[in-house]
Amino acid sequence: MRFRAKIVDLACLNHFSRVINTIAKLAKSCTLRLTVSKLYFILSDRVANGGVSMWCELCQGNFFDEYQMEGVAVDHNEIYLELMPENLSRALKTAQSAKAVKIKLTNKHSPCLRVAVELPSLSSSSRIVTHDIPVKVIPRRLWNDFREPSVPDFDVSIYLPALKTMKSIVERMKNISNCICCVLSASEDGCQSSAQGRDLQSMAEARIDIKKLQQLLVGQQVNPTKALCNIVSKRIVHFILLHEDVSLQYFIPALA
Amino acid sequence: MKSFLGVFRSLPTLDKSVERCLVLLRPCAGCLVLQLHCKHGVTRTHQLAFQECERLQAIFDTQCCASRLRAPAQVLAEAVVHFPQTLAEVTLGAAAGGRIGLRSHLEEGSEPGKAMVTELWLAPDEFQEVAVVPGSCITFCLKEFRGLLSFAEASSLPLTIHYDDPGRPAIFTLDDSLMEAHLVLATLLDPESDSQPPPATNGSVSHPPAPSDDFADDLESYMVALESSACEGEAGEPPSPTFSLHTPRPAKSDPEEEEEEEYGAVPGTPPHKKFRSLFFGSVLTPRGPGPAPSQEVLAEDSDAEC
Repeated sequence: MRFRAKIVDLACLNHFSRVINTIAKLAKSCTLRLTVSKLYFILSDRVANGGVSMWCELCQGNFFDEYQMEGVAVDHNEIYLELMPENLSRALKTAQSAKAVKIKLTNKHSPCLRVAVELPSLSSSSRIVTHDIPVKVIPRRLWNDFREPSVPDFDVSIYLPALKTMKSIVERMKNISNCICCVLSASEDGCQSSAQGRDLQSMAEARIDIKKLQQLLVGQQVNPTKALCNIVSKRIVHFILLHEDVSLQYFIPALA
Repeated sequence: MKSFLGVFRSLPTLDKSVERCLVLLRPCAGCLVLQLHCKHGVTRTHQLAFQECERLQAIFDTQCCASRLRAPAQVLAEAVVHFPQTLAEVTLGAAAGGRIGLRSHLEEGSEPGKAMVTELWLAPDEFQEVAVVPGSCITFCLKEFRGLLSFAEASSLPLTIHYDDPGRPAIFTLDDSLMEAHLVLATLLDPESDSQPPPATNGSVSHPPAPSDDFADDLESYMVALESSACEGEAGEPPSPTFSLHTPRPAKSDPEEEEEEEYGAVPGTPPHKKFRSLFFGSVLTPRGPGPAPSQEVLAEDSDAEC
């Protein structure tokens, strides 16, 4: 089992850092799944998370200049690691002017993701900063817990308005109540219609914890190219945020 | 200090309006008077009450320190920025070849597999002076060091670090034509016992048993690759083991023996960290079973002299 990756381009590094910062705001601890072509940050819906789950997918080719991954076995060519994204975020925070950032899975005393940042310096040789981020390797028998959640059979699906607008509204509403009721109504062509003249059959409603929604909106560092929201009435609210090379799905269960 | 700083809170305003500042100590009244003579005949007088306290003078001698480093404050400030704000202590070490490293120090009692460890190496040519014992290292409080660095950076002064064996104080000095500053920090006695996690038998306790799959551990080749890209002409020695005193060092005698004894006594657990304060016998609290009272007292009780 081996993992080595390198980012040389500053723009890619910046973009990757922003994705990690977003993930860090959404989950204290999550699973990193590495495959030959993609990286996934997964948070499965446990009671400890308040029932929220997250699935974030990145194409490695869009970020890394070098990427070598050898999974646990030939027929299971993947690696699942549990880590705290906050550590990764902190390691990359001071790497914004780096010449190169190398990430490698090592096992010196315990499994670690070693982030080595090569920084420019006035002297003849570069400054190297290494951060050893402790990780737990997730054994194959538990991999089933981290399967991609299926898109729910939603009642209504809409394109969201600018997240910044939503964020400021939700922030103010937080002062009023602990939960927010998402009401989406859809007209025949699937777009959000005005509140008047509703057809009850094409409305979907779910009450969710406002803090979870705020957490999602506050963490966003880049405006997505597409943002969708699906609601299964009284069950779950499903957000899909799509950027050019990253997709983020966030599921917030409805309150009883 | 807060009330003193409060008087000079708004520097631009003071620049514009204050002509003279008089600082007067009135011991009988127990106050320090700060009188700001401003334009247009306005005088602002601040009276800050004070309490006399015991005169404590730390005894230290930079000449007795075996190692010395001097660098612009900015270089050191740029180095410590990579460490988390919440990190309490940092280990400074000198590798063979003159490179100087900084590494996060994990607290005693924290599991080795839980906390993130950051390590940074600086080339000797980033320093103005490097006169260190190869393989030496000390662990001291990062928070205090950061405070000193922000002060030094503001005055653009080079910072000199004088240090000796672990356990002996480290002295940080700033020199200027106008002032001389010394910050003396205690250092941990056995830094290597904590930066080196316990041996493998204990390591597996904190993790689920490793699967039968082999972890590819190219640490050696990786570090060599890093080293060779970082410092041309350097011998391919992985820097981390420098911090570990498991590599034999002929110079050290007692601390190493002590440490080995303890390892022998309780296999698989890290030895107790002994924190010895060499200054004011009763002031600093030792962590763990420190042998405090029988220590060499460097500062006598001023009361005893009266």
